[in-house]
Formats: sequence, structure tokens, C-alpha cells
Amino acid sequence: MNAFTNGSPTSLPAHEHTGADPAAEVAATPRRRRWARPAVGAAVAAPLVLGGCNMYPSYGASRGATKQGQDTFKLFSGMMTTGVIIGVFVGLLILFTILRYRRRSEEMPKQFHESIPIEILYTGIPVLVVAFLFLFTVLTENNVDATVPVNATVTSTGTPVEHVRVTAFQWGWRFSYPDHNVSIAGDVTNGPGGHGPQMVLPVGETVQVTLVSNDVIHGFYVRDFNFSRYALPGVTNFFDLDILHTGTYAGQCTQICGLYHTEMLFSVKAVTPAAFQTWLSGEVAAGHTLQREPQSEANTPPPYTHVTPSNALAAPSSKKGSL
Amino acid sequence: MTTTIESPELIEPEEPGGPDAHGPGGHGPEDHGPDHAHEHHGPTGILNWITSTDHKVIGKSYMITSLVLFFISGAMALVIRGQLADPTSSLVNFQTYNELFTMHGSLMLYLFAGPFAFGGLANYIVPLQVGAPDMAYPRLNALSYWLYLGGSSMMTFSFVVAGGAASFGWVAYAPLSNSINSPGAGTDMWLLSLGLTGFSAIFTGVNLVATIFYLRAPGMTMFRVPIFSWNMLVTGILILIAFPVLFGAVVMLFCDRHFGTHIYSVSGGGVPVLWQHLFWFFGHPEVYILALPYFGIVTDIIPAFSRKPLFGYRGMVFATLSIAALSTGVWAHHMFTTGVVLLPFFSLLSYLIAVPTGIKFFNWIGTMWGGQLSFQTPMLFSMGFLFAFLMGGVTGVLLASPPVDFMTHDTYFVVAHFHQVLIGTTVFAGFAGFYFWYPKMFGRMLNERLGKLHFWFLFVGFWVTFVPQYLVGLRGMPRRIADYLPTNGWTFLNEMSTVGAMIIGFSFLFFFVNLVTSWRNPVPAGDNPWDGGALEWFTSSPPPHHNFTHLPPIRSERPTWDYNHPEHRKDESHGDKRHREHEQKEPETVGAPS
Repeated sequence: MNAFTNGSPTSLPAHEHTGADPAAEVAATPRRRRWARPAVGAAVAAPLVLGGCNMYPSYGASRGATKQGQDTFKLFSGMMTTGVIIGVFVGLLILFTILRYRRRSEEMPKQFHESIPIEILYTGIPVLVVAFLFLFTVLTENNVDATVPVNATVTSTGTPVEHVRVTAFQWGWRFSYPDHNVSIAGDVTNGPGGHGPQMVLPVGETVQVTLVSNDVIHGFYVRDFNFSRYALPGVTNFFDLDILHTGTYAGQCTQICGLYHTEMLFSVKAVTPAAFQTWLSGEVAAGHTLQREPQSEANTPPPYTHVTPSNALAAPSSKKGSL
Repeated sequence: MTTTIESPELIEPEEPGGPDAHGPGGHGPEDHGPDHAHEHHGPTGILNWITSTDHKVIGKSYMITSLVLFFISGAMALVIRGQLADPTSSLVNFQTYNELFTMHGSLMLYLFAGPFAFGGLANYIVPLQVGAPDMAYPRLNALSYWLYLGGSSMMTFSFVVAGGAASFGWVAYAPLSNSINSPGAGTDMWLLSLGLTGFSAIFTGVNLVATIFYLRAPGMTMFRVPIFSWNMLVTGILILIAFPVLFGAVVMLFCDRHFGTHIYSVSGGGVPVLWQHLFWFFGHPEVYILALPYFGIVTDIIPAFSRKPLFGYRGMVFATLSIAALSTGVWAHHMFTTGVVLLPFFSLLSYLIAVPTGIKFFNWIGTMWGGQLSFQTPMLFSMGFLFAFLMGGVTGVLLASPPVDFMTHDTYFVVAHFHQVLIGTTVFAGFAGFYFWYPKMFGRMLNERLGKLHFWFLFVGFWVTFVPQYLVGLRGMPRRIADYLPTNGWTFLNEMSTVGAMIIGFSFLFFFVNLVTSWRNPVPAGDNPWDGGALEWFTSSPPPHHNFTHLPPIRSERPTWDYNHPEHRKDESHGDKRHREHEQKEPETVGAPS
């Protein structure tokens, strides 16, 4: 196995940009990325390859179900490997010192107190290490943070773009599909048994998520996407997801947002584009359209309806999510 | 600071500021003898204590208060772990759970970690280390303690008011902390407490800076100040940079809550994320305000138990200064996932902090290298600090990378990271300092066997608690949740973490037994039980009123060691070579500062 072949399945440019894109540094990323990702692997994972292990050990993390998530995972794994090497080296050095220089006599040791060359060495080497880590960080960051232009319907490589507007509120999520006149929502009444509302997305397309909050700060987080972003009141955040595999991925609010933060669950169901279209038509037929969206969830917060015994404040009545 | 007093053997200390500076009744050495305990005072004694401006009395009060808060907050952590041990546990309800993690964080960070170090240990030790009779402003010092006691009581007792304690996490992000989302009086008490304890920190910061700059004994140049005091100086400067910003942010939040301003609310044209900028502009220097004192403790302990001088003294000072400087420019690495900050800048500065931190590590190793190491309790705890801080530091480097932060932000990966750093510093290094200086403060030893048991249980419990938290974080468990689903696959790791937390809790029983034992059956400590090098080991244990009856000549950062081991003395060990050679040609007389 070598670094170049391992890097190739996902090293296709994530988003090629049309000439109209004003963000020059974003447009320039695909060129740099071609050598960058194999280089990350070569630099930080070489010892493990030589040892016959997987080049990107997972360390318990998800390998990523999106293009962006896979990029992030590789950076994470490479940095972890670097960290393990440095940590084990320093840890063994401490352990060696402890064992080697245990007090064996009352003799006074040599009273040296500095060694300028060694001190320069252990200042210089960390500078180089962090410089390399920073380089690979910036290269990965340019990939995972890149977004297609807001109103684009296809990427520059011809991949269709879906737009989803995610609205976080206390304590639930609304997923709107403005191009398809579909809007669904769910709150804590759907969880934990119901696991919250479900956002259905197509694989093989670029999904641009527009993230907003109606009240306090929430955190949009899907573990298998290796990604989270705050939903900030007064701020509109954008990010792109290129989902690679069909499946259902659990998501959850990660930023403390009040009493029912724990149960602010959701999930993402990734389906084929054809199944996605079928699902959209079904939702329209069921009347889950944009017209049914309230003006602002902030003005009509869902009542407390949690009924597990762990919650003394729960109201007895139960209201279905605003589906 | 100059003196005209010379003596052939020893330097007389300078007279303190004035007799009125130390409250009625004075505080002779007999007041601080082994039988002296704040808890058991008669009326006169309490009056004495309340009115005392002696840095040693205030330092001990700070330490006792902050340790009480540490144990209260630790108990909260055990309840939190109990709740998380089981996916659908109902030990506490959501509201109580939110209050518990908020108060656990607030008590640990605002009321224990900082005050224990710079209010307690620094207050007691810094004047001794620099050879001063007291802090520069004794009355300000007393005011600082009473503000701290008032502020921390206010926060602790906010549990009993209607609506309960604050429940938005120790960072209090707007708009969750506004009057709509957190209407209770507990939030106002929390804010007021930050104001009071913030001023207490500022006053102590002023005091430490002034004491180290202006009250050093004759002969103690800045490059002969022990690293513990150096770190306290830098901490003091960071306090003066960071805490006023926090106070400003808190005042504005209070105005939003009560006076109809809209500084942090969108509806009135405000900017919620401003709170995060202000809070973390305080909060990241705060991380180093918490860490630097504890680095200093370890840096003082390791040479004593290695029988060697510190390796790379100047490198250590410059590393501390660079950490402090960089720490004021990294605040937005707490905000990478907001989508509204410039990622590469804050990422680069955060990475750079790894460099001076690495220098410190290698200096600690270099100090032990070639030494004669003995592993009494303070040294054991320092070794625990090295390993804990190593893993916490390495995972911290990962979090300096914005994409990795997107992946792990607000998960238990981050929780495990900062607990490893903070427990590594405040608990391992903090208790190292406690075991190290307890004999100096109370004139009696702590039991070595109990101390070692305390260490080993704590050390094992620490890893069992926090390594699973990294893993459960990578499996997607967010922080600040009270329940999770059995199908998440987080159960076993959480159970393990809870078992570890119980072991940590159990380890402190040895600590309590140790305290009681040392109180019941005192073993006299003598002036210098560890063969320490700094000036505090030159005076009696506990030190007399105004600390010193005489001082040794100060030719290096460890004058006591030079005095006790004249055959190994290296004059001006940090001066340039020409100067040193010149001095060594002089006859080996002690004293007589030029």
C-alpha cells in the first residue's frame, strides 16, 4: 500500500467552481489538494505503513460518510498518529529518566543547569512539527469549508446541488427544501424514542445546508459527517455535504441550549437521488409544505411534553411534533 | 530595592511597611504555631483572623476556602458521573443536571483552580520566595480574600433560590443567559459572583506584580527569582489583562437582563456572538492563569527532589512569557464552529503555544536527567502531572486544527482533553504543591504512606475516568447531556468513566486521613524537610511574623541551597560567563552584597 493509491478514491475535487466565483482561494484549492492529501499521509503515517498497519488508523473515530468528513478524518488520523509518536517518545523519555536516575546514593549529582545547543534543538523541532501540522490543517480546511455559490444549481463538475435550510429551535429542528416546497420539523416530543425529526438527503449530489437559529445557540452535529457548526441567532451559516453512502446517520444538538438540550436529536437519512425525489413528492402530497411553516418558532415554542420519569417538570399532555 | 545593612554572615531583612499594616493584636510567630487553626478560634481569635492582613493567614484562608469548594464541586462531578453511568438514569432531572454541570465548572474554574493557586499558594509562598516581609499591599490582600469569600458563597448558595442555580454551562453563552431564557435569580447571583471574585483576582494580581517587582530582597535580581514566583508574576499580568474584560462582559449581560439594553440580543440590534468574543478573550488567558501557577509549582518541586538546579532557567522564563503573550491571541479557537471567525490565524497561534509548552517539558526532563531522584509524595504528584499534562497537551494540539475541531467540538473528546489538562495541573500539581509546602505552613509533616496511597488511587482513577471519555467523544457523545440512548454504544465507556471517577473520589479519603493524622500526631517538619533551594526554606516552619529574622546571601535562584551546600555553590549561575568567572575568583565568603 502506498500513500498515493490510498489517497486517490476521495481525492477527486469536491467542488469545482464556475468562473463567476469571487472567492479566489477557494477556487484554487483543487489544484493544491492533488498533492496535499497524499503528502499528509506520507509525512505522518509513514511509520505505520512500514509497520504494516492501516495507514489511517481510526482511533475510534468515524471514517466519514461525506467527502468532507473523509478529508477531516484523514487529517485527524494523521495528527493522532503524529501525536501518539511524540507522546510516546516524551512519555518514554520521562519514564526512562525516572527509572535511570532513581536515588541510589547520597552523592551529590553534577550541578549542570543548561545546555544551549540542546535547548535550541528542542525549540526548533517543535516549530517544524507545528509548521507541518498547520500546513496540512489549512489544506484540509480549505476543502471542508469550501461551499458552492449560494444560488448554484450544479457544481462546476456538473454535480447537482440541493439546498436545505436547517432551522434550530428550542428544542427541535426544521428542515426546509425551498426548491421543492417541502418543510418538515420535529421537537423533543419525537425523542428519545422517535430520535427526533429526520432530514432526507440524496447521495452523490452536493447538499448545501443553510443553518439558522430561531432563539439561542444550537450545535448542528452529525457524528458520521465528522462535522459540526453552530446555529447562531442573527447569523446565517452555510456548509456543503457530499454524502457518499446511503444510510441513516444520528445527529444531535451539541451546544447547551436549555432544559431539553439532551433530547434535541435528529437524524439524516441518505438515499439515492431517485428515492429522494419519491420522498419529496410524498411529503408534498402529505401537505408538509413551506406554507405550513410558522412565521417564527421563537414566538411559538413547543410546550414541554417530555414524559420520562427522569424529568419532574414534564407536562402530562403530549403534543405531536409540528409535522 | 536597596539596603545599607551589611553583616558578615547574614543580611537583616528590611523593616515592613509599618506596624499598623497588620491589624490589631499583631501576629507573632506563636499565632501560627501548630496549635493554630482557624476553625477552632475563640472570639478573640476570630477577630484576629477577620482583621488580619498577614499574607500567611490570608493565604491559608484562601487555600482552605478553595479546597472546601473543590470538594463540593468534586461531589457534584460524582453525581454527574452517576447520572451518566446508565443510559436512562434518573438520578437527577434535567434541570438539576444542567445546574450541576454549570456549578461544577464554575466552582472548579472560577472559585477553586485560580484562587487556590494565586490566592492561596502564591499569597503564602511568593513573599517568602522573594524575601519580602508581606505582600506589597496587605490591606488590599485582605479585601481580596473577603470579596472572594463573599463571591464564592453567593455562587454556592444560588442553589437554594427560586429557579435554582445558573444552568447554562460555565461559559454562559448569550442569548441562553438572557432574562428570557434564564430568568432566575441564580443567574444574577452567578454574574454578581463573577464580578466579586473577578475583583478579588484583580487585587491579588496587582499585589503579586507589585510584590515581585518592588519587594525583592537585596541581591535577588529578576533572573534569581524562583520560577514559581516568576510564573505568579506572569499570571498576575495576565489577570490584569483578562479579568477586566470579563467584568465588562458581565456588566453588559447584567444590563441586558435588567436595564433593557440589547448588547447581546438580536432583536435589539445586538450581537450574541460578542459575548463569546469577550468571554474567550478572558477565557483563554484564564486557562493559562490557571495553568501557569501549577507549572511553577512543579518547576520548584522537581529540582528539590532531583538534587539539581533547574535545567534551562532562562528558557523557562521565556517560555512562560511566550505562553502568556500567545494566550491573548488565541481566544477564537473556542469559536471555530461558529463560522464567523478567521480560522487560520487563530489556528496558527494556537499551534505555536505547543512550542513553549514543549520547552517546559524538556526542561523538566533535563532537570531530572543525571539527578538523584527521590519520589516522596510531592515528586510523585509532579510525575503524575507530567503524564497527565502530556496527554492533555497532545490532544490539545489536535484541537488547534479547525477541521478536527469541527469533528470533535462540544463532544466528550474536548471534555476529556480539558479535564486531563486541568486535573493534571490543578489537582496533580496543586496537591504536589500542597504536600510540598504543608510542612512549611504548619510546621508538621504529612504521612508519606498515606500521601502515596492518595497519589496512586488518584492516578489510576484519573486514567480510567478520562481515556474512555476521549473514545466516547469520538463515538459522538456531546457534552452537557443528561441521558443518551442505549443504542448509541456509549454505555460501557460511560460506566468505566464513572468507576474511574469513584476511584478518584475514594483517593481523597487518604488525603483527609492524612490531614487528621498530622493534626493528631504531629511530626515536626523542621525548616527545610526537602532540602529545598528557595528562600522560603531558609526561615522557620511556620515562618515568624514578617517572615525572616535573617537572610542568606542571594547569588542564584536557590539561595537556601547555596547556603546549605557551599561546596557546590555556583555564584551568579545565570549571569554571563565573564561575570561568573570574575566572581568565582573571589574568596568564598558568604554575604556582603556589593
